[in-house]
Amino acid sequence: MNRSFFEALQKIYPDNRLLTRDVELLPYESDALTAFQTKPGAVALPVSEDEIIDTVRLCHRMKVPFVARGSGTSLSGGSLPIADGLMIGLNRLNHIKKIDPEQRIAVVEPGVVNLHITEAVRQYGLYYAPDPSSQSVCTIGGNIAFNSGGAHCLKYGMTSNHVLGMKVVLADGTVTQFGSESIEGVGIGPDLVGLFVGSEGLFGIALEITLRLMPAPQLYRTVMAAYDNLGRAGDTVSMVVASGLLPGAMEIMDRLAIKAAEASVGAGYPLDAEALLIVELEGEALQVEAEFAELRGVIEESGAFEIHEANSEDERARIWKGRKGAFSAVGRLSPDYIVQDGVVPRSRLGEALVKIGEFKAKYQLDVANVFHAGDGNLHPLILYNGREPGALEKAEALAGEILAMCVDLGGSITGEHGIGMEKREYLPTMFSPVELEIMQDLRRAIDPEEIANRGKMFPGGEAPALQMHGMHPLERQGVISRE
Amino acid sequence: MRHQIKSDDARAPEMAEAIEKCVHCGFCLAACPTYKLLGEEMDSPRGRIYLMKGVLEERIEAEEAQPFIDRCLGCMACVPACPSGVAYGDLLVSYRTLQEQSRHRPLVDGVARRLIIETLPYPQRFRLAMKGGKIGRMLQPFLPEAFASMLNMLPDKLPPPAPLPPMLPAHGERRGAVALLSGCVQQALAPQINQAAAEVLSANGLDVHIPAGQTCCGSILLHIGAEAEARQIARRNFPLLPDDIDAIITTAAGCGSGIKDYPLLFKGQTDLHTASAFSGKVMDFSAYLAQLGLRAPKGFAVERAVAYQDACHLLHAQGLQNEPRDLLNQVPNLRLVDIPDAGMCCGSAGTYNLDQPAIAEALGKQKVNAILAAGPDTVVSGNIGCITQLRKHLDLQRKNLPVLHIAELLRAAYQD
Repeated sequence: MNRSFFEALQKIYPDNRLLTRDVELLPYESDALTAFQTKPGAVALPVSEDEIIDTVRLCHRMKVPFVARGSGTSLSGGSLPIADGLMIGLNRLNHIKKIDPEQRIAVVEPGVVNLHITEAVRQYGLYYAPDPSSQSVCTIGGNIAFNSGGAHCLKYGMTSNHVLGMKVVLADGTVTQFGSESIEGVGIGPDLVGLFVGSEGLFGIALEITLRLMPAPQLYRTVMAAYDNLGRAGDTVSMVVASGLLPGAMEIMDRLAIKAAEASVGAGYPLDAEALLIVELEGEALQVEAEFAELRGVIEESGAFEIHEANSEDERARIWKGRKGAFSAVGRLSPDYIVQDGVVPRSRLGEALVKIGEFKAKYQLDVANVFHAGDGNLHPLILYNGREPGALEKAEALAGEILAMCVDLGGSITGEHGIGMEKREYLPTMFSPVELEIMQDLRRAIDPEEIANRGKMFPGGEAPALQMHGMHPLERQGVISRE
Repeated sequence: MRHQIKSDDARAPEMAEAIEKCVHCGFCLAACPTYKLLGEEMDSPRGRIYLMKGVLEERIEAEEAQPFIDRCLGCMACVPACPSGVAYGDLLVSYRTLQEQSRHRPLVDGVARRLIIETLPYPQRFRLAMKGGKIGRMLQPFLPEAFASMLNMLPDKLPPPAPLPPMLPAHGERRGAVALLSGCVQQALAPQINQAAAEVLSANGLDVHIPAGQTCCGSILLHIGAEAEARQIARRNFPLLPDDIDAIITTAAGCGSGIKDYPLLFKGQTDLHTASAFSGKVMDFSAYLAQLGLRAPKGFAVERAVAYQDACHLLHAQGLQNEPRDLLNQVPNLRLVDIPDAGMCCGSAGTYNLDQPAIAEALGKQKVNAILAAGPDTVVSGNIGCITQLRKHLDLQRKNLPVLHIAELLRAAYQD
């Protein structure tokens, strides 16, 4: 790491908050995608907004790339460090600065853990709706960078639907405010909050985030239905939606995922089922009761061989704990696996499941399936043994086929984990060169040095955007022009 | 995680398996007291696993990683939090043992550690050391820090020795027979606990055998990686306990969970079978009573608000969450109050108080504040370490709340 940069950093941070020894850097070299490892040049642990701003300005001035990190739970390698770059650990900025139960908002620092917000506002009968499976540990800063979803986003939308405003430091050191504290306040002009949410850390760091809170549901009714066939569970999802119901969540797990999750938490999942459908209704009590009768009817007609309702809050909590820990639980079945994240239109879910079954047979690999079925978000987990030569490549090829299928069926290469490192090469399968160039132009307008999370999202080498300078391919062909 | 572990140590397969199971998801961060306190990846379970992996793969020096491994409380809160089932406890114990063999300690630390190994497991020696401790305390200003923290731990005076009878017969209709482990340092520090436990067990219709000459079960030595010494001392108990008993009862959380690890500790030893059989019979006091079914206690004349503080080695290591609470809930006129963040370690953690006084201090203070926020009039726990730590921190805040072992409270509930 550049010496004068390092000396300048030492002026911002006391020794114990600037990690530089190998032994301190090593544990930061991966996030939750361990296929990639890069040791950062240093890790800074700011405790105030000012320290973050000073650090970003310093990085900009000296052209040192940086990566912001919360709890390091990205499944796409989104918080993978940059070699010789700076890692800015935001986990100590974990204060909820304001709760306004009247306005139903909370103002939080980026290192606040998602679930802590709900815990802090529960006393007012409120909660923070987006619930990524890692919500007990992932931070709001990361949720914003990757527009995180979760099981209950079916009804309430992703993170972007719940961020009203934020104070940010852009990658060039500019500090500014996007959005405001009111839902109505952002109706004019482009949606800059929306632009920042999901930008995978390429624009800068959110310093203070105003989140929308929702009234906590009065009642939950959670039902598990077991099927002897994965397609039937998928069809049931369409039947539920066709009936006019909008459940809080609709999740499917297949046999392998059920086995792993059950071993992990003992939620009472049916181990003899090929597929398990979890449907949860939530909201105002009378309405939930009425809708539940209707849901029950649909499920009884759906060919489930076993239907079980959660009888207590404790049982409901276990059902969700098992589902939310399912990815990690698969570690019990296989030393290595790829967590895939893709989307297909809900109506084509059954078709997608059949195809994944075919890929499994073709590659002779096990795939455990966990879906946010309600919104068509697939999470196939491809199991392989990394010690077998060629196994990883085979698993990656299978993963690639699944992603290509998602795009073919009219879906997306990521539902909620983001592009990060993992899917950079697939970005062009979803976006046209024009769209990609617009993204790059936007990025360069905000971060001319490309120091913020360099190397993520866009295909190519270390600073991929550099390779795309100059004329756009379509410009060269004379299809478009900048005149 | 994939790994390239090169170690040819006998324990390498267990360590490799635990590391392989870790998927680096970070779910453990939320459960880890040191991560919550220090906010650094190296001081999290995931980070420590990664560091141990780095050492075993010879990517970093063991000595470099050691301070972070030493800071682990061994509270095991990360184990139930881990969806992929990493056997963190096995990894930690194996790794500590491996490192102890080659570890170079500064002379003073080495002597302090030797003192722990030589005195803590032996109630008689501990009594003697206590007397030495009094002299030591006068010299404290002149002693290195490692000793100073040890001396601070010692109570001002020990209760008089209170020998237990070799057998306490069942009261009322006989429901079975158990043995009570009593070779622990607890017997020197708080003899009333086992006395109370024996009486409660007897009141529940059990013949309680308490063979004389018992020693420490070795858990505290296992906890600090002194494996050979742990085995050596554990063995002395095997022939002492009668065969025709339903269970071997312990009143100390760390002993219960440590003895559960005997199959690992005695792996490859000729007496593995004996050790495993012994281990299989050991049950915590509250777990056994809950399973047997408590005989209705009289309860209290005046309502008591009781906070039950979970010992990590009951809650996390043995999964005993409901059992002690169920027992307490059966006591008439006893109201249980919940301690916020109940799964958080109080910082006692075996010899942690001696090794990492600053963190132990912060955790102790935090725990006592949480307890006081719950507003109990009595605190109950199932572990002498927690009880000592809570007492110390309540005293520091000048709060005169009684801190009892669950056996003591139950005994009172039968007497009132």
